[in-house]
Amino acid sequence: MPEPTTLSYLVVAALLFVIGAFGVMVRRNPLVMFMCIELMLNAVNLSFVALARELTDIDGQSIVFFVLVVAAAEVVVGLGLIVGIMRNRSSLTADDLAELKG
Amino acid sequence: MTDLVWLVPLLPLVGGLILVVFGARIGEPRAGWLATLLTASSFVVTVLVYLDLLGMPAEERSHVVSLFSWIPVGSLQIDFALLADPLSITMALFVTGIGSLIHLYAIGYMHGDPKFSKFFLYLNLFVFSMLALVLGENLLVTFLGWEGVGACSYFLISFWHNRDSAAVAGKKAFVTNRIGDWGVMTAMFVAFSAVGSVSYKAINEAAHEGAISQTAISAIAILLFVGACGKSAQLPLYFWLPDAMEGPTPVSALIHAATMVTAGVFLMTRVGPVLAESYGWVPDTIAIVGAATALFAATIAVAQHDIKRVLAYSTVSQLGFMFLAIGSGAYVAAIFHMVTHAFFKALLFLGSGSVIHGMHHEQDMRKMGALRAAMPVTAFTFIIGWLAIAGVPPFAGFWSKDEILLYVYADNRLLYVVGMVTALLTAYYMTRQVILVFFGEARWHDAAGEHGAHGDFRPHESPKVMLIPLVVLSVLSVVGGGMQLPFSKDLHFLEHWLEPVVEEAERSIKGTWAYDNKYVLLGAAIVVALTGIALSVAVYAKRRLPAIEPKVLENAWFYDATVARLVGGPGAASFRGVTLFDARFVDGAVNGAGAVARGLGGVVRRSQTGFVRAYAVFIALGAVALLAWFVWRGWLA
Repeated sequence: MPEPTTLSYLVVAALLFVIGAFGVMVRRNPLVMFMCIELMLNAVNLSFVALARELTDIDGQSIVFFVLVVAAAEVVVGLGLIVGIMRNRSSLTADDLAELKG
Repeated sequence: MTDLVWLVPLLPLVGGLILVVFGARIGEPRAGWLATLLTASSFVVTVLVYLDLLGMPAEERSHVVSLFSWIPVGSLQIDFALLADPLSITMALFVTGIGSLIHLYAIGYMHGDPKFSKFFLYLNLFVFSMLALVLGENLLVTFLGWEGVGACSYFLISFWHNRDSAAVAGKKAFVTNRIGDWGVMTAMFVAFSAVGSVSYKAINEAAHEGAISQTAISAIAILLFVGACGKSAQLPLYFWLPDAMEGPTPVSALIHAATMVTAGVFLMTRVGPVLAESYGWVPDTIAIVGAATALFAATIAVAQHDIKRVLAYSTVSQLGFMFLAIGSGAYVAAIFHMVTHAFFKALLFLGSGSVIHGMHHEQDMRKMGALRAAMPVTAFTFIIGWLAIAGVPPFAGFWSKDEILLYVYADNRLLYVVGMVTALLTAYYMTRQVILVFFGEARWHDAAGEHGAHGDFRPHESPKVMLIPLVVLSVLSVVGGGMQLPFSKDLHFLEHWLEPVVEEAERSIKGTWAYDNKYVLLGAAIVVALTGIALSVAVYAKRRLPAIEPKVLENAWFYDATVARLVGGPGAASFRGVTLFDARFVDGAVNGAGAVARGLGGVVRRSQTGFVRAYAVFIALGAVALLAWFVWRGWLA
């Protein structure tokens, strides 16, 4: 089996990113949207790592750690919000939360 | 001691602050004594500063005491600074001195008034403002005092505010003064843009050394003169002063005769070098306005019946004399007349207040007469004041008026004639007043019915606190001329004292005909004064000549009515026009801008759907668009 090239990593990352973005745009379940955002973040992480190896530069890998930490914090806040909203409403889709309509 | 000059305005301010908080609790008469005491201590400090300055060489007699940096903005650096120099200390001396006497007098005059302590609060605040005005080192500190005296004047004129006429008179004074304030403010702006400073020293030096254009100098001078016209009741802005007599009499004496109205003369003297360097028509205008006002007001005073209104018009007339002096370059004479006038006019006003007090608030001279028996001290002191203002030697008014006329003769003979006619009229109407009030037959028996509540109506002499100031002021009115006697250079005390301040501006009349023949002019002045008195005696005492008191003079040449009609008719209409313009165009522009923003917002806000997924789409589209832009520009290559 041939060694995967940087390009193939980047293609996979792009695919993951597009799938994630598409999911955010079409799905209404906030939890699923959340997972899609995670997918997008990890797609970016993948391209960071791939390019760090390609360029033999440690910076790309270290940024990934920052992304992971920020993503973890974001999940805490986001899930907290969702739980809070769930308590007040029986059912929930993202489209129900349109109170900030202009 | 000179460094303690800040105590001078501070003491009356402290008095005012104490009275504003505890006034009602302190009550009558202690509030009055407190206010009097603080003004008197301010006078003592002023005397100490004066003695200190006197001990210095003449050229060092100018001390700036900077209290704090007031407005430090870029190149505009204004300190709250006081200036102790011969001019400001002269002013401060008579403001605090006469102010204390009037405070003392008011304790008696305001006896029993429900707002007793408030009256003294205003008086103290007034003295503070006046001291800030005269001691200010720059135009802004002066302007602070200028506005302060204006406000206090308003409070005090309409002190008995439940009387309609008093409330209206207060408003009239305030609004008329605003026109003058416009002049002072604009002068300040011009001075700052031309000189870069509002301090008197900087402005005067810039004018003297020719560092700024003559146009700018003239603009500053004439604008300050507009301010002086408002505050010192000159044509065409004089008409608030006679109405200001609605206030209690101590107020008329303190504010509308002795101190506040002299602020304009003071300001003109302070910026003397500016006047001296401006175009020739500026001092000419000042002299003509002064002479015109002097004559105009004197003619009106001839036909007034209210005891205080006669004095009010006489004040306007005497202020005209001072401006005539300023315009003729006779600054020392102007200050000299201002000080002697403060003595005898305060005396006359307080005397008239004593008469009003004794007559149970009757002010119409037609209902007085033969009061000298009932009020001997008042009559005696009033007669001294009369001799002083009429220009009979050796009383104070004679010397100062003569000094002015001397300079005016050297400057412009036509104005000298106007001055002489005014002097004649002054002697005439003051004699008329004295005869109507203190001599002749008693006409107050008829009035007794109107004062039925008193039962047996008899005029009575005033209490001691009111008589002491009268006596002190009458002594000053007798000896005040000694400040500046014309006989020899050594007797020009006031001139030597003021010399460091006015030397750049003071006109020299040495070598003119007037200077060489000053005794001829002195004699002419005496003849004119005695003629006026004799005429008046012939008319009002001996009844040999008919009294000339036409309606047109009684109504002040209908000047007041004309102004009222103009301001009430076309004036009010144009103000309504301005209001309409403001509502339609100025407000329209502002509201229009708001409406446009709101309409636009109403359209744009529809894009905020509230759907998270829609936002995600926008973000994605935005990212794609940005990326496309970068690729197209080749920034990613």
